Amino acid sequence: MATLNQAHTPSLRAGRSPRTAHTGRSTRRAVVVFVAPFAVLFLLFYAAPIIYAVIQSLLMVEREGTFGAPQQVFGGFTQYALVFQDSAFWASVGRVLLFGVVQVPVMLGMALLFALLLDSPLLKGKRFFRLAFFAPYAVPGVIAAIMWGFLYSPSLSPFGAVTSEINFLDGSLVLWAIANIVTWVYVGYNMLIIYASLLAIPTEIYEAARLDGASNTQIAWRIKIPLVTPAIILTAVFSIIGTLQLLAEPQTLRSFSSAISSTYTPNLAVYTTASIPNYNLAAAFSVVLALATFILSFVFLKATQRKVSQ
Amino acid sequence: MTTAAAPLTAAEKAHSRGPRQNVMSRAAAMLVMGVFTLYFLTPIWWLLVTSTKTGSEITGSAALWFTPNSISTFFTNLTGLFQYQDGLFVKWLVNSALYAGAGALLGTIIAAMCGYALAKYEFKGREAIFNVVLSGVLVPATALALPLFLIFSEVNLTNTYWAVFLPSLVSPFGVYLARIYAAASVPGELLEAARLDGSGEVRTFFTVSTRLMAPALVTIFLFQFVAIWNNFFLPLIMLRDQALFPVTLGLYAWNSQISQIPELRTYVIIGALVSIVPLIIAFLGLQRFWSSGLGAGSVK
Repeated sequence: MATLNQAHTPSLRAGRSPRTAHTGRSTRRAVVVFVAPFAVLFLLFYAAPIIYAVIQSLLMVEREGTFGAPQQVFGGFTQYALVFQDSAFWASVGRVLLFGVVQVPVMLGMALLFALLLDSPLLKGKRFFRLAFFAPYAVPGVIAAIMWGFLYSPSLSPFGAVTSEINFLDGSLVLWAIANIVTWVYVGYNMLIIYASLLAIPTEIYEAARLDGASNTQIAWRIKIPLVTPAIILTAVFSIIGTLQLLAEPQTLRSFSSAISSTYTPNLAVYTTASIPNYNLAAAFSVVLALATFILSFVFLKATQRKVSQ
Repeated sequence: MTTAAAPLTAAEKAHSRGPRQNVMSRAAAMLVMGVFTLYFLTPIWWLLVTSTKTGSEITGSAALWFTPNSISTFFTNLTGLFQYQDGLFVKWLVNSALYAGAGALLGTIIAAMCGYALAKYEFKGREAIFNVVLSGVLVPATALALPLFLIFSEVNLTNTYWAVFLPSLVSPFGVYLARIYAAASVPGELLEAARLDGSGEVRTFFTVSTRLMAPALVTIFLFQFVAIWNNFFLPLIMLRDQALFPVTLGLYAWNSQISQIPELRTYVIIGALVSIVPLIIAFLGLQRFWSSGLGAGSVK
């Protein structure tokens, strides 16, 4: 990312300045003190679980006879074969991909529009709008799903006139009902990230453009949007990761809607499989999901980077 | 921001586009923002209004406005909520404050130290560590919940505070942000000067550098706080004992029992309101810090 270049500059400058010999050992000790706590925790609670999940996913449970004691044995790719045959799991993957293809662009489009409006001279009361739009971010996914669950519900909703006609909680609409909840929570957050990077653009650029006769719209399209592209990419990557991990909202809405199955999203499938309990298969689901998320966001980062640098 | 807008407006008036068109686009902008203000605030308003109603009033009265005895009902609901099942809800609030407050505080210090070292020191393996941290940003925490559960059950630590608290301390994104902020806000010359004064590296970090990085640290703290406060999968999979639940998991559990115990509906609604108030206060109170720190993660 472009940020890396900036992160390098000061440290390079520090390296160039004269450094006395006695600092060598003490800085090395300081680096250990600074890095060690994070490194230890990262190894224990990030790296180890990943390795452990991979090991678990390569095991299988075997019994001697029908009533024999269960025993874990090496199963090779048995669990992965099961993952690839599991149509419910792949249906859930397809569902969140469809969700992401629609919801992420809509949400980021709204966030960009609001950020541009906040940055334009057209608007009064910017402080109020900024806070009002950001407020839902303070609502946890579970709570947001409970609130919207009531609002969607045909019998309890204050908008009964609408919800008794259109059932947002039935099979054909509930995915988009969830999309609305996620959008409601995260638009303001993404808007602020984009807005913050708009504020960082030096205003001289706009003045120069205005002298050349550019209109507000032209300035937005030709100058502002290209310059905030790194911020939009960042928000897009986090949105993609978030989409594949959907769990709290659908799991909570299950008490409002019978259309959400126990394998509605990949993480719900992991949770359901783990509660059976079939840890080996659930571990294989987790590994596949983590890999898919990693690859998808990595590919997206690379693809957009190439496009930006062109 | 608002002051910066004034000269632009003047410049625009002088511009060739007519004043009428200008009024039109102003009105359109205000209209868009106004409509979406309703979209963002109505659900929260509904939650506030509904928490002042009795169970039967929720469906039997105007949904988006108060009843004549709203204030007294609100306090009845609130005491009911706090007393239900021997104050279980209060316990959940305290748990959430511990998980998120203590977790984010420690996590921020740990991430800041690591990010600072990555930005300000040349050492072997620096790039390797940073790349590992970056891949950590891309591995979603929820994918780790199940394997963490399996590991914690090997050492008999599931269904304890530690099972939720310890994994929450790790924030690769915090390290990433801390590195960027440290590189941008702590000048190398200052560290050299501190060295010449005989100040140890660690002491310099805690006395000088953290002060320069303060807005960034508040941002990292807030976002880790929110991440832990909102975390659902990890406590869902780790905890069985209701007394250990964070408030989100507790409300989720109550909400899924409403069909058997209808009076829980009132408590779920007022509980939801009470649980979002601390976050809104934290964001409003610390706005000065995070609104300046927020953009640095992505600014060119």
